[in-house]
Amino acid sequence: MKLLALDTSTEACSAALFIDGEIRQRFEITPKAHTKLLLPMIESLLAEAELKLSQLDALAFGCGPGSFTGLRIATGVVQGLAFGADLPIVPVSTLAALAQNRLPELAFVATDARIGEIFWGVYQRNTDGFMELVGKEAVLPVEQIEFPAQSALGMGSGWRVYKDELLLKTEGFVTQIESDILPQSSTIAELGVYGFQRGLGVAAEFAQPIYLRDKVAQTEIKRAQIRLKRENG
Amino acid sequence: MYILGIETSCDETGVAIYHSQRGLVHHLLYSQIEMHSEYGGVVPELASRDHIRKLIPLIKQLLHESKLTKIDITVIAYTAGPGLMGALLVGAATAQSLAFAWQIPAVAVHHMEGHLLAPMLEENPPEFPFVALLISGGHTLLVKVESIGNYELLGESLDDAAGEAFDKTAKLLGLNYPGGVKLSELAKSGQVRFRFPRPMTDRPGLDFSFSGLKTFALNTFQKCEKTDQDKADIALAFQNAVAETLAIKCRRALQQTDLKTLVVAGGVSANTQIRTTLMAMIEKENGQIFFPRPEFCTDNGAMIAYAGYQRFLMGETQRLEIFARPRWAMSEL
Ligand SMILES: Nc1ncnc2c1ncn2[C@@H]1O[C@H](COP(=O)(O)OP(=O)(O)O)[C@@H](O)[C@H]1O
Repeated sequence: MKLLALDTSTEACSAALFIDGEIRQRFEITPKAHTKLLLPMIESLLAEAELKLSQLDALAFGCGPGSFTGLRIATGVVQGLAFGADLPIVPVSTLAALAQNRLPELAFVATDARIGEIFWGVYQRNTDGFMELVGKEAVLPVEQIEFPAQSALGMGSGWRVYKDELLLKTEGFVTQIESDILPQSSTIAELGVYGFQRGLGVAAEFAQPIYLRDKVAQTEIKRAQIRLKRENG
Repeated sequence: MYILGIETSCDETGVAIYHSQRGLVHHLLYSQIEMHSEYGGVVPELASRDHIRKLIPLIKQLLHESKLTKIDITVIAYTAGPGLMGALLVGAATAQSLAFAWQIPAVAVHHMEGHLLAPMLEENPPEFPFVALLISGGHTLLVKVESIGNYELLGESLDDAAGEAFDKTAKLLGLNYPGGVKLSELAKSGQVRFRFPRPMTDRPGLDFSFSGLKTFALNTFQKCEKTDQDKADIALAFQNAVAETLAIKCRRALQQTDLKTLVVAGGVSANTQIRTTLMAMIEKENGQIFFPRPEFCTDNGAMIAYAGYQRFLMGETQRLEIFARPRWAMSEL
């Protein structure tokens, strides 16, 4: 099994090649250079392994949540590669990838979503040794999170930005925090292979970003309603 | 050889295939205008989200309908700027990775050069050198074109672009975004009643200023009854003012450069009255005028495929990088 994984959902840019159980990765923290680094990373990984794109079985990418622009860079690249080389794509959650880095029994993953909200996901280790989603991923303010009453590892940048609020809200179930950890392609590759084996590969155009935040602008009608409301007190 | 062109700089996803001998093979366009009109203007994040949904399906359909397969494509050209950063990145990322997968070169194209060369897609293309008037939603430029890549900026708008002035004036007359086309429809039932200024024509120079016209329209509008006829009359007066101002400056540019050929491109060049006013001016000057067909006046993939092909012939290819440059002056080409 050969799979190429990539991720540009955060300030980190990475690509990884899974070849029959072995993983090689390129990883750099570079908020502004994803557009310069990503394709050369892929090229050098393939060259080093003396592989052509068409010799791979599948591709995987961090489909979100994360930076909207970053997600689209990864999506655009993975779509181009997949369409160009006739490969299936396995979209992998960036929150799952984050949790897969440490493989705790239970992880409360929270990443900073700006404007007072977090991207939230509860992940549980399954019997195959992969992090699996419990319930749904969501974008919400800390007060609205839902979680099982079990001890868990707190993971992601949300635990840095909203540490006190999250600790208070999770009522002592979280005793350990890993807030500096970022998603990376090596774990996306692992989850990608696992997903591929369970038939989760899709054609290029069906691999889309998962933004979670879908309301990004107000329609004119909505704006007029808000204005009226304000004027009428 | 076949060139695939990809355009995603603003609110239209455009793809096309151009053949080095046969010319344009096929093109497809998906416009997001309807979606953005609910918001009263282009929402950049929504534009980017739509491009990433539509681009690969459009390329698939394009190849299929052209009866071509991916092995037929020799070069991929994509719009690298100017435009909306997020929107440009979708086209750039997809184009560069597709070129990498197919092991063919990619060419980064300047969007306005695409517009400028759009008349070359017609059966009777203009010959160099010529003066080009580029009038779109974001730009108003007068350029002396010696050859491809050899551009001298003669004049530009100091404030609103021509299309922007159309859209803003349309908005204050109560027309939905993008109002440019609707305003010109409305002008058809207008009567000659108001006279708007011809900005910056009373002094030498080739620069434009259109923001004053919008204010003039607003003042005129506020002073009248605001009936449908009033609106139509204002639309007509506004459109006349823009058309004549453009004609005056184009004539000047031709005289100054001692050239006889005028090329007009960009979204606003679809406007019938602007076309006829410019044609009348050119006839008096014994010159020649060239326009793209109306569908290639606004953003499209065909012009990008053509411009990319020309750049490729000049030996330009983009290295393995997702290249997007939202601000990019034509003078830097
Ligand atoms: N018939 C017309 N009359 C006047 N303006 C028009 C007409 N058709 C399109 N436009 C204007 O052209 C602009 C869009 O042109 P386009 O070349 O796509 O611009 P850009 O690439 O800068 O977005 C808009 O401002 C639109 O209102």
